Amino acid sequence: MKLNLATRTLTALFVFILLTACSNTDGQNHEANGSNSTNGQENNHSSAEVSGGVVRIAMSTEIDNLDPYVSAATDTMSMMDNVFDGLLDTDESGQLVPAIAEDYDISDDGLQYTFRLKDNVVFHDGSELTAEDVVYSYEKLAGLNGGEPISSQFEIIEKIETPSDFEVIIHLKERSSAFLAANIRPILPADYDNHSEKPIGAGPFKFESYVVGQELKLKRNDDYYDVDKIPFLDEVQFKIMPDPESSILAMQAGEIDIIPGISAQGLLQLGDQVKTVSGPQNMVQIMALNNSVEPLNQKEVRQAINLAVDKDMIIETVSDGDGIKLGSNFSPAMDFYYEAGLEDVYATNIAEAKKLMKAAGYEDGFELELTVPSDYQFHVDTAQVIVEQLKEIDIDVDLKLIEFSSWLENVYTDEQYEATIIGFTGKLDPYEILRRYVTDYKRNFINFEHAQYDERIDQALKATNPTEMARMYKDAQSILTEEAASVFIMDPYRTIAMTNGLEGMKMYPIQKFNLEDVHYTE
Amino acid sequence: MRYFAYKFSSFLMTFILVSVIIFFVFQMLPGNPAHIILGLDADEQQIRNLEIELGLDRPLPERYFDWVTGIFQGDMGESLRYQLPVADIIQDRLPVTLSLTVLSLLLTVVIGLPLGLYIAQKDGKWTSIVLSILTQLGISIPSFWFGFMLILLFGVVLSLFPTYGYVPWSESFFGALKSFFLPSLAIAISNIAVVIRYLRNTILDQAKMDYVRTAQCKGLSEKAIMYGHILRNGLIPILTILGLTIADTLGGSIIIENVFALPGLGNLLIQSITSRDFPLVQTMILYLSIIVVTINFIVDLLYRLVDPRIRSKG
Repeated sequence: MKLNLATRTLTALFVFILLTACSNTDGQNHEANGSNSTNGQENNHSSAEVSGGVVRIAMSTEIDNLDPYVSAATDTMSMMDNVFDGLLDTDESGQLVPAIAEDYDISDDGLQYTFRLKDNVVFHDGSELTAEDVVYSYEKLAGLNGGEPISSQFEIIEKIETPSDFEVIIHLKERSSAFLAANIRPILPADYDNHSEKPIGAGPFKFESYVVGQELKLKRNDDYYDVDKIPFLDEVQFKIMPDPESSILAMQAGEIDIIPGISAQGLLQLGDQVKTVSGPQNMVQIMALNNSVEPLNQKEVRQAINLAVDKDMIIETVSDGDGIKLGSNFSPAMDFYYEAGLEDVYATNIAEAKKLMKAAGYEDGFELELTVPSDYQFHVDTAQVIVEQLKEIDIDVDLKLIEFSSWLENVYTDEQYEATIIGFTGKLDPYEILRRYVTDYKRNFINFEHAQYDERIDQALKATNPTEMARMYKDAQSILTEEAASVFIMDPYRTIAMTNGLEGMKMYPIQKFNLEDVHYTE
Repeated sequence: MRYFAYKFSSFLMTFILVSVIIFFVFQMLPGNPAHIILGLDADEQQIRNLEIELGLDRPLPERYFDWVTGIFQGDMGESLRYQLPVADIIQDRLPVTLSLTVLSLLLTVVIGLPLGLYIAQKDGKWTSIVLSILTQLGISIPSFWFGFMLILLFGVVLSLFPTYGYVPWSESFFGALKSFFLPSLAIAISNIAVVIRYLRNTILDQAKMDYVRTAQCKGLSEKAIMYGHILRNGLIPILTILGLTIADTLGGSIIIENVFALPGLGNLLIQSITSRDFPLVQTMILYLSIIVVTINFIVDLLYRLVDPRIRSKG
């Protein structure tokens, strides 16, 4: 009897396998009667805002450490960003806005930053946030308390003064317009050291619990100082789900509400069940050309490669059309500093490219080794398209895939490569983005050398007037294009999927999941 | 006694060999853990500071010696990525992988053995054809595919089981059973297929032996022959297969844990390799190899229990 049951189960399983194997093709049927809500594009008109509810978000990487000064993983930081606040914050366009600080001044010589703090800020343990906590946090970051500096952005601090409980004056060793953006780093309560187990911040959500490798739970902070921004949601659960396919299935089953980075394939599978928010993420995907190896040290060769690579086609095939074409190492996501028009300087032109190759003495082409980190399928796909495109000008590309950890050492640190494809993630300050090409910068692995470029970056850093600063950064972008420092491909869109009935997720020029505004509509 | 001394020394040799190999092989991989932890934009000074803090600047033999002596004292060092003691991290994950292994082994035995027995007794032409197709499929289709299909059917379509995550045993027995059932089944399917094939072949082989004819002549019932003689003789190859299955399950859990978002050792192993978390990787692999060696040892003991001839040979 028992045996019969077992055979039947096995047979049933077999039939089911056959059925499911064929069912992928008629997936659209599921979608058609899935739901009656809005579709992908038209999603930003908000209807009734409902307070309360729980949101479950799928995250693909695990939390490295809950202590914001120990953690180095971008994903961890963007989750914990809801628990911690800094003096400043960023809005959707990348502009800095006051958070814990009420307002701030910068002295005329650019060496002295005065922050006045809001007087109603309390940490999650109930203690008041005062100047003392800012000093504690910044001294730790800058290594002024005897320890090693935690962030190189803060090493520039000479000393910190506190004229009153709610005023902080920071003195810099030298002038740097890049310092302002560093002030989004979390402020921690003075002399509390147990953030790895129970993090305490002053953000809109409180830490509730963390189950290793599985779930981070946050609860609404009803005492949040910015009364207008007290979250709608009661609770947020970040679920650690390493496999993207599993998180899509979980969303299908209604067990996940938000997937922060979803593929076009995944969206197709979910159909009408979800809405999306999508846009540039301030990432710069480049095909880096090592400017110090033959024959890439010749400008004509680099220009020829730029003319031969058809970026539109890459965006269409690799990114399904979801990406913005770039012309320099800068994304339009940071509009204020972006030099428009550079993306068309090297419109695809094979004849012209061949002419340049001939002028450089490479009429018959050459062999090029393209080293790509295999962990990133997106870059690998891009590389495959480029291999085909460069055949047109007789460059024979040898594609070499290596693991990202090895890439960091061989390519990025030791500069043992000819060409590579990588994406630089968004930074809030243009200096952090454009510094990569400064001649004596340690991480200038492209080996770009250009005196005028270095000068422009230096001028931007010393500028006190924002318009002047933006002009210098724009100039610098043009130089990168003119010199064809590398092939600047695109800023691929990030697409956030949300279940129907959920609204308020926004895009930022850095990876940030701002959950204050997220709410249910029914 | 000599047998145990011999076994113990070979156990120790395996341990030393494994520890040397995993330590030095991982050190040879390119990739600087300090740089990986700090990310793309870390500056040289920061990386050097972290290297010193993590002890990566000390000579290799010294680090190896420290690691091995640490293990004997119960101190497995600190994870580079999590900056927490390795022992604590592994302790957090062990219950998950252990539950998966035990449950899938249980499923394999409970489903595989009776099914194999039944099929061997009902050996007809059709059954054997259907069976060989089914088991062939079971063996050749990778476990992660079964995983996805099980999620799709029981999680999405029927909503009978959760699609991801797990409930600890201490919280709710049935909740835990529910969350471990699908992943264990996904791993068990191919093992069940293997066990069925082996059991059937073994039984059919044994049935042709002389001692079976003798037993039949003696007038023993079919049942008595099957359970008293054939099965006992067939147990040796089955034990071997089950032993291998455990090792296989540990390997299978690496992928299945990812599919079902279970925070187990397999999941941790992948992450610690990509982040070059040496102390964590080394200790975990050592752990796994000790488990495999121990299982082989147990299987060896069971052989001696089942078959007195092996015992007398020593």
